[in-house]
Amino acid sequence: MNVAAGPVIPNFGQGSSCEVNNGWFCPEWVTGHWHDTLEPALVQHVELTAIAVGIGFALAFALALVGFRFRLLDPPIGVFSDFLYTIPSLALFQILIPVTGISVTTVEIALVSYTLLVLYRNTIEGLRAVPEEMVDVARGSGFTRMQTFLRVELPLALPAILAGLRIATVSTISIATVAAFVVAKGLGSPIFVALEQDVFKTEILVAGGMAVALALVADGLLVLLQRALTPWSRA
Amino acid sequence: MPGQAAELVFDEATKVYPSREGAAVDHLSLTVPAGEICVLVGPSGGGKTTALRLVNRLIPLTSGDIRIDGTSINDQDVVQLRRGIGYVIQQIGLFPHMTVEANIGTVPRLYGRSRSWIHTRAHELLELVGLDPSYAKRYPSQLSGGERQRVGLARALAADPPLMLMDEPFAAIDPIVRSRLQDEFLRLQQEVRKTVVFVTHDVDEAIKLGDRMAILRPGGKLAQYDTPTRILESPHDDFVAEFVGADRALKALALRTLAELDLGPPGDGPRVQRTATARDALALMIEKHADVLAVVDDAGMVVGSVSRDRLLR
Repeated sequence: MNVAAGPVIPNFGQGSSCEVNNGWFCPEWVTGHWHDTLEPALVQHVELTAIAVGIGFALAFALALVGFRFRLLDPPIGVFSDFLYTIPSLALFQILIPVTGISVTTVEIALVSYTLLVLYRNTIEGLRAVPEEMVDVARGSGFTRMQTFLRVELPLALPAILAGLRIATVSTISIATVAAFVVAKGLGSPIFVALEQDVFKTEILVAGGMAVALALVADGLLVLLQRALTPWSRA
Repeated sequence: MPGQAAELVFDEATKVYPSREGAAVDHLSLTVPAGEICVLVGPSGGGKTTALRLVNRLIPLTSGDIRIDGTSINDQDVVQLRRGIGYVIQQIGLFPHMTVEANIGTVPRLYGRSRSWIHTRAHELLELVGLDPSYAKRYPSQLSGGERQRVGLARALAADPPLMLMDEPFAAIDPIVRSRLQDEFLRLQQEVRKTVVFVTHDVDEAIKLGDRMAILRPGGKLAQYDTPTRILESPHDDFVAEFVGADRALKALALRTLAELDLGPPGDGPRVQRTATARDALALMIEKHADVLAVVDDAGMVVGSVSRDRLLR
């Protein structure tokens, strides 16, 4: 297992008394290492998450269209994404490393795998939950099949799809900290380094706290997106 | 876009589901003249809704034919056919994610009409169905059941279709509002004069709205097709008589206004408007213990009298 070599290893012999005594929260450490440690880790974390959720959403949406259109294919796709979801992340890394190496690709494949279940399920359930009458009126009014899908079924499934996107994003932000087991990227990396260095509490606390804050902010932004895209649900 | 009204002909129209015993609609033949309201009515299992959905091909015919102004529905592109037919279902039929204006603009948009055209048309139609144009920007969830149904009607009228299919449009609405919507629907029909096929299980609604009634018996067979008056006065068989109800003589009274009767010379008695129905007049006689009523016009002038005998003749 590759251990991320963090740029900052607190030297308990120097620095402030807080740092020397491994205090719970040393603000001077945070300001001193924002630019070389925390900020890059945050940016990487956002990138890891965005790529994973982006690819996961595209894949899950395509699969959901297939499963929605061809009902027989829904159970196998569902079982497959269930199966991916149940593999522990550390085990999945071990399986992937011989194939894709110690790389961001390995991390992203794992992260994407975990988004599929919730994104697929929410999308297909959202589409299925569209009342039959809506489709009936659309078809009866002369919508083509494609128009019925784009103008009626998809918009009505949007709340469920966006709810899936929220869950997938928040859980990916959480799981992405484990990426540090493979590559020194993301907010997991400073946590990992701090664990190696006699459990430096401030770094663990701050990096962990940033992951939580990032998840909350991302969730909030998605709620705003949901409101913008589904104005009728507030009416 | 379409316009005017079309003649609708069911010609031995039949629907058989392979999975079910017997036909859903069995050799149904009837003609709805252009601009008339034909109400399909009957007990459940009579195939009313199936017959309606055969017209816009939401359900394909097994055999027989349906023609709109002489053209078989099977000889037209199915999407074009449907765009030319107004379709109204129960109140749930409005798209919840679209504003009232967008709902009304559904079919015109399919025809490629511009936003401004739809805007103008939506306002026009809202007024026609008795809603304030300020409703245009609302979502269906912000409307009452009756208001939604009006918008549903406006939507079906938006592209000025020559034929309208209405599937129990007022069924989920409380009786008072329903009665008002029925009145307004009749007033609206005076203006737009569409050919309408209207499905209901409510025989009173059928009598009130229909220029003609088609009574379907279980198994999708036509029991009788005639004007409400003739069906009430001479039901074809026991099934029809039973279906329209033991009080059919009373119901028939509701179809005539006093203005249509030969009135006696002006006289004394409780006053009744000449626009009242014979049934209303009878009710008044019972209430007032009167044998003769004085009939008045809109201005309140006595224009004649009506006796109990004359009413019941």
